[in-house]
Amino acid sequence: MNLNIQREELLISQLADLLKNDKHVAVGAASPIPGAAALLAKEEAKFLNKRLRVTILHSNKYNNFTDGARELFDCAAQGRIDTFFLGGVQIDGQANINLVGTGKYPKIKKRFPGSFGSALMYFVVPQIVLFREEHSPRTLVKKVDFISAPGVSEKDVYRPGGPKYLLTNRALFRFNKNLQKFSLYKINEKETVKNLIKLTGFDFDVDNKISQMPNPDTNRINILRNKIAPMVSEFYPEFANRIWGI
Amino acid sequence: MKSFDELSLKEIVDEVQDGFILGIPADYSGVPMKFTKELIKKGVKNLKLYCLPLTTIQGDMLIGSGCVSEIEAAAVTLGEFGMAPRFSEAVENGKILIKDSTCPALHAQLQATEKSVPFMPLRGVIGSDIQKHRKDWHVIQNPMRSSGVREEPVLLLPAVQLDILVFHAPCSDRNGNIQIGRRRELATLAHASKKVFVTVEKVLDIDFFEDELSAATCLPALYVNGISIVKNGAWPCALPGVYSSDNEEIKKYSLAAKTKEGFGEYMKYCL
Repeated sequence: MNLNIQREELLISQLADLLKNDKHVAVGAASPIPGAAALLAKEEAKFLNKRLRVTILHSNKYNNFTDGARELFDCAAQGRIDTFFLGGVQIDGQANINLVGTGKYPKIKKRFPGSFGSALMYFVVPQIVLFREEHSPRTLVKKVDFISAPGVSEKDVYRPGGPKYLLTNRALFRFNKNLQKFSLYKINEKETVKNLIKLTGFDFDVDNKISQMPNPDTNRINILRNKIAPMVSEFYPEFANRIWGI
Repeated sequence: MKSFDELSLKEIVDEVQDGFILGIPADYSGVPMKFTKELIKKGVKNLKLYCLPLTTIQGDMLIGSGCVSEIEAAAVTLGEFGMAPRFSEAVENGKILIKDSTCPALHAQLQATEKSVPFMPLRGVIGSDIQKHRKDWHVIQNPMRSSGVREEPVLLLPAVQLDILVFHAPCSDRNGNIQIGRRRELATLAHASKKVFVTVEKVLDIDFFEDELSAATCLPALYVNGISIVKNGAWPCALPGVYSSDNEEIKKYSLAAKTKEGFGEYMKYCL
């Protein structure tokens, strides 16, 4: 059966696989794909008799907080959030992320929205998944122009959390904290390692367990399209409309 | 029925003076868009926007209209509709000063004012370029013997007091208590502001304090300097629990505001 899996659905599926051991996943601003992945993982956890709590900041319905917008950060600092997602205009080889802009700050060339809560969340959430769809030398760079949040910290800095994975539309990397380096873990079926080296601005290792990104099976796609898609349309209506036509 | 005198929107606008630090609620906490348009019409200048923690179309419009000299925020964006074009243009051309921050720091600086202490500590942030460029922030070694890790570096943030806060809410009761629901960051903003004005969809002839549920979800009138009834006052932004955002309109703005001319045309139509 040809499921005609869309690029976004494949990414949602990859992210959902990373949430299997979690108890509480939170999703921040401008994150329809992570939001869908978290809800999908929650739905699938039910089949395993597990309970996954999902907090989606930009939703009224899928939001567990009542103490205002600061509660996300307090909750994360208390260690009550297992996974959070962060993006970046640029991401570099040491997992530094830049959400502010390109050029030499403060005289920047191209200004982007800003750092959001990254400068705390990156330090305190045990599993940070970096997510940036565009995989190119301009997004994955040798050194970011501005560090919104650093990938690694000095030893004396309080840092129970940090980067674990980086997902793009071409590949999934794991971050090795000791080596301060990414290693290529899964690749899109249409990709080659050689091409990825060309498209990545930083040096990376290749994992000895490297494999192809698995396509979501029929079961998962059915849950995603029938159950999760309408939920996503509550908080990301534009996205849900573009991907699923609802 | 009412124990307070309702203000006109113009009376609230007149409270905002050039150079004021104006509190800006996030897109999910009741953006006072009708007020914002009146403020632009008045031609207020050199505002310092303090966003908790981000702003969308409200900040972008104020910046595009030349009302702003400085903005402190964790993000300025049109959300699903992309970047805030007037903001980006103003920063790229050095027209406004941006004090780049991060969400929890913006909360903590107001929490310091809530408690009337001179600063608030925060973990994280150390080693970022945000911290490097904020000369008003300081790192100390943890002096406590009984909590945290001794000598651990900790960031200190200064207390920030707002000159004025204006937000939009579903309703007030007859005593001027404001329903804010779970949007408790509005209370943080209000506690940290010298003056607070609220536009509401309606005034209810009840007392929120007679019921535990409504008492727990209101901002007490003691923090509120004035209320004006403004129907649809958040449009095109959402008013949580009452109406959702007008995405067609925000999309229209996002396209128009890509150029200075387009923005000018849009503002002519919307004012």
